[in-house]
Order: sequence, then C-alpha cells, then structure tokens
Amino acid sequence: MFWNALTLQLGYNATLVTIGATLLGIAAGVTGTFLYLRKRALVSDAISHATLPGVGIAFMLMVLLGGDGRALPGLLLGAAVSSWIGLLCVSWLTRLTRLSEDAAIGAVLSVFFGFGIVLLTVIQTMGAGRAAGLEGFLLGSTAGMLFNDALVIAGGGALTLVAVLILRRPMTLLAFDPEYAAARGINVGRMDLAIMALALAVTVIGLKVVGLILIVAMLIIPPVTARFWTERTDHMVLISGLCGGLAAWIGASLSAVAPAMPTGPIIVLSSFALFVLSLLLAPNRGVLAVYLRHVRFQRRVHMRQGLLALAQGQPIYEAFTVRLLKRAGLAHADGVPTDDGRARAAKALRDEKRWELVRADQAFESAAALYDGLRDIETVLTDDQISEIDQRIGGPQGVAS
Amino acid sequence: MSLELAANMGAAPKAEIPTESPLAIRGMTVSYGQKPVVFSVDMTVEEGSMTAIIGPNGAGKSTLLKAALGIVSPLAGQALVFGKPLKAARHRIAYVPQRASVDWDFPTRVIDVVLMGLYRELGLLRRIRPQHMDKARACLERVGMSDFADRQIGQLSGGQQQRVFLARALAQEADLYLLDEPFAGVDAATEKAIIDVLKSLRSEGKTVVAVHHDLTTVRSYFDRVFLINTRKVAEGTVDDAFTPDMLNQTYGGRLATGQIDQLELAAG
Repeated sequence: MFWNALTLQLGYNATLVTIGATLLGIAAGVTGTFLYLRKRALVSDAISHATLPGVGIAFMLMVLLGGDGRALPGLLLGAAVSSWIGLLCVSWLTRLTRLSEDAAIGAVLSVFFGFGIVLLTVIQTMGAGRAAGLEGFLLGSTAGMLFNDALVIAGGGALTLVAVLILRRPMTLLAFDPEYAAARGINVGRMDLAIMALALAVTVIGLKVVGLILIVAMLIIPPVTARFWTERTDHMVLISGLCGGLAAWIGASLSAVAPAMPTGPIIVLSSFALFVLSLLLAPNRGVLAVYLRHVRFQRRVHMRQGLLALAQGQPIYEAFTVRLLKRAGLAHADGVPTDDGRARAAKALRDEKRWELVRADQAFESAAALYDGLRDIETVLTDDQISEIDQRIGGPQGVAS
Repeated sequence: MSLELAANMGAAPKAEIPTESPLAIRGMTVSYGQKPVVFSVDMTVEEGSMTAIIGPNGAGKSTLLKAALGIVSPLAGQALVFGKPLKAARHRIAYVPQRASVDWDFPTRVIDVVLMGLYRELGLLRRIRPQHMDKARACLERVGMSDFADRQIGQLSGGQQQRVFLARALAQEADLYLLDEPFAGVDAATEKAIIDVLKSLRSEGKTVVAVHHDLTTVRSYFDRVFLINTRKVAEGTVDDAFTPDMLNQTYGGRLATGQIDQLELAAG
C-alpha cells in the first residue's frame, strides 16, 4: 500500500522537484552574478552556514507552541533570521575591528554552524521521530517535497528576480565603481546589504533542495561560467541565470531517473560540467581559444620577424621561422627567399615605415592603438589613408617638383 | 525672544557661506583612524572657474574631494553645493574618480560605462533607448573615443580609460565637475584631449575642480589654485596664490629651489 502510493507519487514529485529546482537555479545564477561582480562570493558561504541555528530554533519554538515542527515556512523564516544575524556579524566585524572580511567570514561561518549542529543534536534527543527531517537541510532532501514547498521556492525565486530587476543598475554601478556610485548618491553600505539580502533569500529558499553546504555552488559557479562567454554585465546576468536553471533542471532530472542519487550534489556536479565546458570551449576567454590564439600569435611573430630579416638580408637563425616561411612558399629550406618572399618582405618593411608614421600622428590615434607590430596596415586604414601616408614616406624631401 | 536670538546666533556662521558658490566647504576635518588627513579646511569655489587642488602626497587632496561628495564621512564640517546641502544638489555634480579605483577586467564595454552617467535619467526600470545611446556616443565623441565604443574597457590604454571616465561625467550634464588626478599617468594625447574638454566646459560657464600633480602645467591649465597640506595653505587666483612662498609652505621645503625657479620662469 505504502509503496504503491510512493511509486504513484514518484512522477508527480519528480516534476515538482525539477520545476522547483530550475526556478531556484535561475534565481541563484542571476543573484550570484552581482555577488561575484562585487567580489563578495565567499560571504554567501557565511550566510548559508548561519542558517542552521535558525532552523533548529524555529523547530523548537514551533514544537513548544504545539505546532508541526517541520512546517517549511516557519523553518525558512528561522533560517532567514539567523543568517541575517550572521551577515550583520560579518559586516560589523569587518567595519568595527581590524579583522579582514575573510577572517570574519571564517569565524562567523564556523561558530554559527557549530551552534546549529549542537541544536540539531539536542532536538534529536527531544523526540527522534519528529526531528527526522532536519538533517535534510545540510545537503538538501527533495524526496518528501510537497506542492506547498515547491510553491514557496517558486514564489521566493520570482520575488528575488523582481528585486534584482529593480536594483540591477545601482548594483552594477556599485560593483564596477563604488566611489562613483557613492558620489551619485547610492548608499554603498545599504546597497551592499541589499545584494547580500538577495543572496540570503536564494540561500533560504534553496535549503530544501540543495542544502546549506552546497547552495554556495549554485550562487558562484553559474556567474563564473557566464563570465567566459561575455564582456557585458547584462548578458552575463542572463547567461548566468540560464546556466543555473539548466544545471538544476539536468541535475534534478538525473536524480529522478536514479532515485538513489541525491538531488543537490547532482545539480552541483551538472553546474560544474557546464563550467568545465565553458572553461575549455568559450570563444574568447576559454582555455582552448587562448591556446590557439597564442599559437597563431607566435606564428605571426615568427613570420613577421622572418620577413623583416629577409628584407634586410639578415640570416634567420630559428629553424621554426624558416619552416614557416618555407611552408608559405616564401623561402627555400636554406633560408634564401623566393621571388614571392622577396615581394612580401619588401612590403613588410614598408608597412613598418607606414606604422611608424601612423603612430606618430595624432590623427590616426584609434588606428595606432591597434598597433602590435604584426597587423597588416590594410586591416586598420583605408586605401586613401595609406596612399596619403605613402606620399609622406616616398619622394625625396625638400625637393620642389 | 531670547531663545530665538540664541538660535540665530548659533546659525550665524552658516550665513557667511556665499550661497551661490558651486562648492563651499566649511570646517572640514577627515581622519583615517586617529590621524587627521584634512583638518578644518574651508574652501570656496568660484563659479565658472577652473581650480587646481595642489599639495604633496598624502596631503588630503583626494580626501577633501571625497568628503565634499560624501564618499567618506567627515568628522566635522560641511559642504554646500550651489548653496544647498549635498543631498539636494548632488545631481549637479559630476565626479571623475582616480583610474586605479576600478577593476578594469569588469565585464563592461566603453559605451556601457558612459551610459552609467545617464542612470539618473534612466531611473531604475526605464529601457535604454536610441536617444540615450546617441547622447552617450556624443560624449565619447567629445573626448575623441567614439571608435572605441564597443571595446571591453580592459583593452584600453590608461589614458583612454581616463577619457571614458570623463565621457561618463559629461553624460551627467552637470554644472560642477570634480576630477581626482585626471592627468595622472596618461599620455600626451589624452592630456590634451582632457584639458580641451575642461576648458570648453569652463567656456560654457561650468565649474571645474581638479586634484593636480604637475606644477609646471598649473599656469596654463587653471585660473585658480587651492594649496593644501592637511590644512589649507592658500586659495586664490594663480597669480595671487601660486607663489614660490606659498608653494614652500605647502610642500615644506620638499620642492627643490630649482623647481620653484623654473615655475617662476614659466610665470615670467
């Protein structure tokens, strides 16, 4: 009977978990972007660990008042209050003492977490059966997720997204240039607290799904992933939300297919997989792109050096340079230029002279900024501009025609 | 009656502040820890002028600006902007911070930085429309950076970054421009571009105040100077206040006599 009910529920529950987790992932990715840009990612670790005593105290209070100790809204409220206190502790410790923020985070994180574990132990001796759910907040437990729980997550996630939408400009300004933001009248302390409060909201609503130890990953990994793909803040927020949602969706689905798999850790691993893909394959900042760019750059350097050496009749010592020239049909294996090579070499030398003029002339400033000693001058100047420069180079000076 | 009188007497010093001055600072004291960096400084900026704040390293030049803007909170003193408290007139100030105060690997393009100058106009939710883009582009044009609009800011040279900051300030369409070392570590082209823009602002009747390091250019760039070494040393036109005597007081003999002679030659 009991098993039948559970199997019938499996489809429904898995759907709930997946939808809830995806919404959470989007909210976490979007919010985490601002945490990352403000370089405060680690604060989220203190926030999440500081939720635990609140969960314990809320449970005790609800039991004392004769209610159901496991009511999710009550537990989350407790978590929010105690992590807010933890957050204030971090900000006070950094402001009023000489402690640096990382030290304050370490202190608050461990003390609150320790206290929370003590409370959980006490609760277990109070009435073992009733407390059974609380450890689930450490690593998340989606097995017994109810429709109302999913609703809490969805509602909280939506509210967080709306708040981010409203505050995105001041938050971006603050993260990029805090002094300018302050000069524009943004209250830096309060806006920082707002960013933290959003992270806190995500943490609290994510407790049920991924648990307090791993929620940090949902706040940090998506923005770091998104950073590989874009140079714009607004795009980064969108990509990060997308990555967070995608990872949560994949992770939740995987853990539903293999029910023994814990949802939270699988979501984190999916997120990590997206991160690794981006790290390797992203077009500009990815490892592969950087490596290829380096190799191409090295070839261009050798090529240009080789051509200039040919133009000036100097010997080429590096075998790699000769090989490159030979492969391009510009030189023979012994380093003697072909006809083609002689022409290209002469052009390279002339380009050097042209660049020299361009860089000395204010009028060509934006072109000069692109100078790297390698670029063909045609790629930055028009034919007219080049012929103008050639007129200045050519012709004997001071001779009237 | 007597109470009213007492209240008036208490308010009396405030009445001395010329109400129309773009920036009037009174009794400003700022300290980091127990050491005052700026001590009881008064400053009155003349409308339509270009003022250089001059003094040795650590003399509180930047701090004075930051305190006037409320970026650091002073221990004592106040600043009035166009005769009003800072809060009521903040939108009339454009601030150009030091280049080093920013993370240049931030994911943002040149045009996005200039658009930040329009955030007051855009508010929290309004969309960025073509007219906003046009305005931002016009500001970039003015500092000679329109070709760079779509670059990531980290790809710019130091001088170009400084010009982008100036363009952002221009976008605010302010009346008072406060610049923190705009010429520090920039190339000659940038220095010329910036000073041209600042002079054109002055000719539009705007007021410019800049923390400045290079004593040799003070005469050609600015019409007024403010000398500070924690305390105010002198304030006035370049001819009155930028004198060897005052500079010696400001730098406490840290300037070689040769340097001062050179300045005098430049003046002569």
